Amino acid sequence: MKLRYAIYLASAALAFGMLTLASTLPSGAADKVDPVADAKAFKKFFTDKFPKVKLEDFVNGPYSMNEDLHRQWQEKEQFPPYEFSLEMGKEMFSKPFKNGKTYADCFPNGGIGVRQNYPYFDEKEGKVITLELALNRCREANGEAPYSYVKDEMAALTAYMAFTSRGKPMDIKIPDDPRALAAYENGKEYFYTRRGQLNFSCAACHVQSPGERIRAEILAPALGIVNAMPIYRSEWSGMGTTSRRFTTCNSQIRGVPLNPQDDEYRNVEYYLSYVSNGLPISGPGARP
Amino acid sequence: MRNGMHKSALVLALLAAGAVSALAAGSEDDFKAAYAAAEAANKEAGKLRNQWTTTANTLAAAKKAADAGDFDKATAAAKEAEALAKASIFQATSEKTRWKDMEIR
Ligand code: HEC
Repeated sequence: MKLRYAIYLASAALAFGMLTLASTLPSGAADKVDPVADAKAFKKFFTDKFPKVKLEDFVNGPYSMNEDLHRQWQEKEQFPPYEFSLEMGKEMFSKPFKNGKTYADCFPNGGIGVRQNYPYFDEKEGKVITLELALNRCREANGEAPYSYVKDEMAALTAYMAFTSRGKPMDIKIPDDPRALAAYENGKEYFYTRRGQLNFSCAACHVQSPGERIRAEILAPALGIVNAMPIYRSEWSGMGTTSRRFTTCNSQIRGVPLNPQDDEYRNVEYYLSYVSNGLPISGPGARP
Repeated sequence: MRNGMHKSALVLALLAAGAVSALAAGSEDDFKAAYAAAEAANKEAGKLRNQWTTTANTLAAAKKAADAGDFDKATAAAKEAEALAKASIFQATSEKTRWKDMEIR
């Protein structure tokens, strides 16, 4: 897609939306929130659209979209560019804080093989807790300064934790709590809401156009889209956390990104992870 | 009512397209008023969690022109920034119901 053309289209669509809004308001009673049905429909949409792609392969993002790319991915996995980050994460994870405790003290099962359970809904707090957030809270609870959500340290820690969960199916729970359901629904709304001057929603790229090129990049499908995080990207010449990816996806459509780990990002990660339940954790990932 | 809404929507769309720049002219006071209005609209967009990067860039351009003493250019940019901010508010408001049209079911 040529960018200028996209902008033109988007502005036209927005202006058109302004003109037609008056006649399309409002659509009536709110439908009931049904995550189980959502997740089923979500998987069906992608497996119907890409009948040749195996369900567990969607987690490889752009590399799942055709055979050439899949071959590139296999080659890349032989000398994975995230290796360095993984080593660093492993070392950081076991190194005690100044008070003698470690990350293992903050997580179930010492933090090993648990990545597939994040994000989870914390009923005490009434909010979604992502892995990145839990890691920084662990640091703070032990008297350490939190890491930047978009930089190498956080990427390394999450890379290591993801690696210890490789192959485990994503397993996100929505407890029987109206606040959990609301967080899920808000995440869904965020995913489908158009924003930025280019007037794109997450879904416009990752549901309507996966496999297509946007400038030099091939768009990843939304199914399993967080299972490979964090990712190494050649374009970044380094690793990117989920927070880095989300904020970048906002600014490229000329929307001002929110702060990493703001409620909207936590909720959209909760939604995307839930509808990807059953697909394997494949992080850390490598991307073109 | 409906007609009125259509008309103001059209005006907004034209503003967003930048048609406004030709109309702008003025003094430092004009600039200040236009800039304040643009900032207020952008703040409103912030409350709706939907600011556009282009609004911020255009506000910055307005400020730069004003600092250089070019109030015609500064006022035009401030008005364009206001139009962009208003379009982002419009987008956020209309998406409150429209997002459901995109949902996979
Ligand atoms: C203008 C199109 C566009 C929009 C809108 C967009 N993204 Fe992206 N996204 C991309 C591109 C390009 C990439 C990098 C190539 C790829 O992996 O898809 C990407 C990558 C990602 C990845 C990493 C996938 C992987 O396997 O490497 C995630 C996660 C993601 N986006 C989430 C989101 C979320 C959440 C939103 C909404 C807040 C969003 N994106 C909106 C274009 C977009």
